[in-house]
Amino acid sequence: MSHFAQLVVELTILALAIFLGVEVISKVPTLLHTPLMSGTNAIHGIVVVGAILVAGAADPDLLTSWVGFVAVVLGTANVVGGFVVTDRMLEMFKKREPPGPKDQA
Amino acid sequence: MSQNWASLLYLVTIICFILALRFLSSPTTARLGNRIGAVGMAIAVAVTLALEEVHLNWRIVVGAAIGATFGAVAARRVRMTAMPQMVALFNGVGGGAAALVSLAEFHNRAPDPGRLHADVSIAIVASALIGSVSFAGSMLAFAKLQELIQGRPITYPGQQVGNLALLGAVVAAGVALVAGAENEWLFVLVIIGSLLFGVLFVLPIGGADMPVVISLLNAFTGLAAAATGFELGSNVLIVSGALVGASGTLLTMLMGSAMNRSIGNVLFGAFGQVSAGAGAAAVTDGTVRAATAEDVAIMLAYASRVVVVPGYGMAVAQAQHAVRELAEELEQRGVNVDYAIHPVAGRMPGHMNVLLAEANVPYPALKEMDEVNPEFPQTDVALVIGANDVVNPAARNDTSSPIYGMPILDVDHAKQIVVMKRSMSPGFAGIDNSLFLDPKTVMLFGDAKESVVKLVGDVKRL
Repeated sequence: MSHFAQLVVELTILALAIFLGVEVISKVPTLLHTPLMSGTNAIHGIVVVGAILVAGAADPDLLTSWVGFVAVVLGTANVVGGFVVTDRMLEMFKKREPPGPKDQA
Repeated sequence: MSQNWASLLYLVTIICFILALRFLSSPTTARLGNRIGAVGMAIAVAVTLALEEVHLNWRIVVGAAIGATFGAVAARRVRMTAMPQMVALFNGVGGGAAALVSLAEFHNRAPDPGRLHADVSIAIVASALIGSVSFAGSMLAFAKLQELIQGRPITYPGQQVGNLALLGAVVAAGVALVAGAENEWLFVLVIIGSLLFGVLFVLPIGGADMPVVISLLNAFTGLAAAATGFELGSNVLIVSGALVGASGTLLTMLMGSAMNRSIGNVLFGAFGQVSAGAGAAAVTDGTVRAATAEDVAIMLAYASRVVVVPGYGMAVAQAQHAVRELAEELEQRGVNVDYAIHPVAGRMPGHMNVLLAEANVPYPALKEMDEVNPEFPQTDVALVIGANDVVNPAARNDTSSPIYGMPILDVDHAKQIVVMKRSMSPGFAGIDNSLFLDPKTVMLFGDAKESVVKLVGDVKRL
């Protein structure tokens, strides 16, 4: 595929993804806006893929290897932290309290 | 693994991410959705590691170990009240990663003449610029929310002109890079300038405007990820970035309209500094009535319907558990208790919902503004805990007020109003609140948590 043709395909994907994103996200209730933020935070952690490509290059020079290393650290922190914190948050949203003794004073 | 199989598996990741967002439309499916998203991410990482051009080495292994440990520990340990700064932090590191990937790409590809097509160099520069702004801006937002630096807007003369000039210079340098000046120092300069701009543009925004900034920075990181996708020719990055960008943009606009202010006004208005005296003249007559916890306990215990209106003050005092206890105590006495949540209450979108969910408040009791406003006339007591501007009637009836036109919770339509507040100091916007002088209002001064705990005890004794 020529470079230009590939660019057009990528732009098409971008445009469709934006419209899809707006559709899907406008259905998220305000109740869940914080989990939405932290969930999308986790999703943009996908840049870790780019970080791995940089860090995994064969025979990188000094700059590439350190930049790749730091990018992997940041990207992984983004991914793991984002999903874990969102999971913790969503666990709390309950319809009714679980039955049991209320012991807090 | 060959490129073709990798692309196919990346498509699975894309579908997982879309499902994750789709499942967020209901609290009952949201958690499953998040896990599907995590599975998608795991697939993408595994596929990338299996690519022929990726050589597993210490940089990847040690880097991932450090990042995963830090992310997991921080995410497990953080208190729910500190969630806004945690979201800002994870947002920032994502932007930083995108900027670093671009730096490495530029470093490795630019010296080879003819290898950089214009669209790729635009993507590289855009991702470095936006990612750096997002990183620095998020770190400053983190510092403000964590109270490492003062949360109020920081302004100085010439601020906006200076910021605009800096942004102009950074963009000009970026254009020069795209036009063919393949100079690495210029590229580093773009990153440094963008970092500086990120700090400077968040500096004058503070306090109650934080939900807008956090959402906007979220959108920025999404855009940076999408731009990284263009530079690497990666569809999964393009789609993910677009989804996040759309989400952040929608939330930003929502927060803006919930404050009846344009995004430009939020970003450049330095709201806390304006018009400290603007609304002051309107509400000098009338007296403030202070009540004791016993008075308020009686009022609440004999009401048939109570609406709790939480604000940032509740988060600061960590009063959410005590509030839930009070509501339980009242419900045992047959009082109907609901919660009225203003869209911009707190420091990020949905902040109050998360806090109350943490305190085990069942989410059907959390009512949105449009749903609860018509119910205030039938409400016996509106209990305002640490909220101020979002219940200020001046937004409805005082055209000279800076917050005029902002949608508010109509607590003044309730039969009685109890305002819990630390002191008579005005809210974030620096505007007096005529609600406090309303003959139907009583004030309960003190720390929100201590006051609510006292209320629980007093209601129990009745």
